[in-house]
Amino acid sequence: MISIFANPHRFMALSRWLAPACLLTGAVLIAWSVWQGLWAVPQDDYQGGDIMRAMFIHVPSAWLAMGSYMGLAVASFVWFIWRHELADMAAKSIAPIGAGYTAMCLATGAIWGKPTWGTWWLWDDARMMSVLLMFFLFLGYMALRAAMDTRQKAARAGAILAMVGAVNVPLIKFSVDIWASIHQGPSVLRADGPAMPAVYLTPLMTGALGHLIFFGALTMILMRAEVWQRRGDVIMARKLAGG
Amino acid sequence: MSRPAPIRAAFQQAIAEAWAGGAGALLPTGFFAGAAMLVPFTVGSEAGQLAAIGTGVLWVALALASLVSMERLFQADLEDGTLELWAQEETPLFLIAAAKILAHWTVSGLPLVLLTPLMGLTLQLPAGQLLPAMLAYGLGGLAFFFWGGVAGALAASVPRGGLLIALLALPLFVPTAIFGALAAGPEADGPNILFLAASTLFALAVAPFAASAALRLAVD
Repeated sequence: MISIFANPHRFMALSRWLAPACLLTGAVLIAWSVWQGLWAVPQDDYQGGDIMRAMFIHVPSAWLAMGSYMGLAVASFVWFIWRHELADMAAKSIAPIGAGYTAMCLATGAIWGKPTWGTWWLWDDARMMSVLLMFFLFLGYMALRAAMDTRQKAARAGAILAMVGAVNVPLIKFSVDIWASIHQGPSVLRADGPAMPAVYLTPLMTGALGHLIFFGALTMILMRAEVWQRRGDVIMARKLAGG
Repeated sequence: MSRPAPIRAAFQQAIAEAWAGGAGALLPTGFFAGAAMLVPFTVGSEAGQLAAIGTGVLWVALALASLVSMERLFQADLEDGTLELWAQEETPLFLIAAAKILAHWTVSGLPLVLLTPLMGLTLQLPAGQLLPAMLAYGLGGLAFFFWGGVAGALAASVPRGGLLIALLALPLFVPTAIFGALAAGPEADGPNILFLAASTLFALAVAPFAASAALRLAVD
C-alpha cells in the first residue's frame, strides 16, 4: 500500500494540493488552541496560575519532538532496506523541523520552569535530558549529512547514524530515568484515561493535532524543494553533457 | 585463506602503527592527564571539593581523551586502500572493525584506565575507592571506544572530521557516563556497576555492525 506513494511523480501530484491544505488546516487548529489556551480557558491556580498556559505549546512540541525522531528513524530504516528515494528525502526534511520542535520544547519548558520550579534549567530531570540529547542527535545527523560529498553518501551515513541513535534511545531513556525526576507524571497518556478536565484537554489535543498536521505540511514542502532541486541537478547535468 | 587471518592482521597492524609514528599511543595519555590537571586550577584546590568531583572529572577526561585519536582510526586505512581489501574479504567486516577498535583500545584506552588510580590520588580520592573505580573506568572506556569507533567510521571519508566525530559520539556516551559516574562515585554500591557492564555489552553487540556498515559506505 505504502509503495503506491513511493513514486515521486505521484508524491508531487498529491503534495501539490495536500501541502498547502495541511499548512492551512494546521495553522487554523494551532491558532484556535493558542487562543483557547491564552485567553479562553480559566487559569488553574493549583498549577501555578497563568503560567500553565505554556502547556498549550510545550506539550505538543514535546510530543512532536519525540515523534519526529521516531519518524526520522523509520524513514532512515525504510530507505536503508528498500532504497526508496522519497524515504531519504523525508528523513532529510524531518531533521531540521524536528530539531526546531525540540528547541521549542526546551525553550517553553525553561519559561515554564522558571516560575514553577524556580529555575530555568535542571540537570537532574530525566525528560529534559532526553529531549536535550535528542536535540544533539538531530544536530549530529544534520552535520554528518552536510559533511558528505555526495547525496548518496549523505543518505547512507545519515541512515546509519539515525538507526544507531534510535537503538540507543531506550538505553538513554533508562539511564536518565535512574536520576530522580521532578517532572509531573503523565496526565494525558495514562492507562485509566486522562486526568485533565475537558476544558483544558480539548484545546490541548486540538493544538497537538494542529502541530502534527503543520509538521506534515512543512515536511512535504521541504521534500518538494528537494525533488525540485534533484530535477534541477539533472537538467544541469544534461546541459553540461551537451544535450 | 583461513577466515580469522584478516582479523588477526587488523589487530596486529593497529598495535604496530600505534608505536610507529613517534609517541602515537602516548598522546591520549598526555591529553587525559593534562585535562584532569586543569581542574584543580579552575575549581580550586580544596581537598573535600576535589574528592567530591574527582571521579566525575576523570569520566569527562576519559570521554574526551577517547575521542582524540578516533579521527585517524579508520582514515589511514581508507587512504592506503587497506579498507577496500578488508571489504572484499569473506571474513565479516564487522569482526575486522571490532578487532581494529579493540586493538585501538588496548594501545590508547587501557593506558588511560591504568593511569586513573594515580590521577585519582592527585584529585584526593580516598585510596579504597581507586581500584573499584578503575574497573568502572575500564568498562566505560571500552564502551566509549566502540561508540567512538562508529562515529570514526562514519566520518572516515570526511576531511578534518574530528569535531564531527565528537558531535556524533557524545550523545551516545551519555548512558555510559551516567552509569559509570554512579558506579565509580563515593556511594558506589549495588547494581550500578552491573548497569554499566550491561551498557558496555550493548555497545560491543551493536557498534561493530554499525561501524562495518559505515566502512562499506566509506570505500564505495
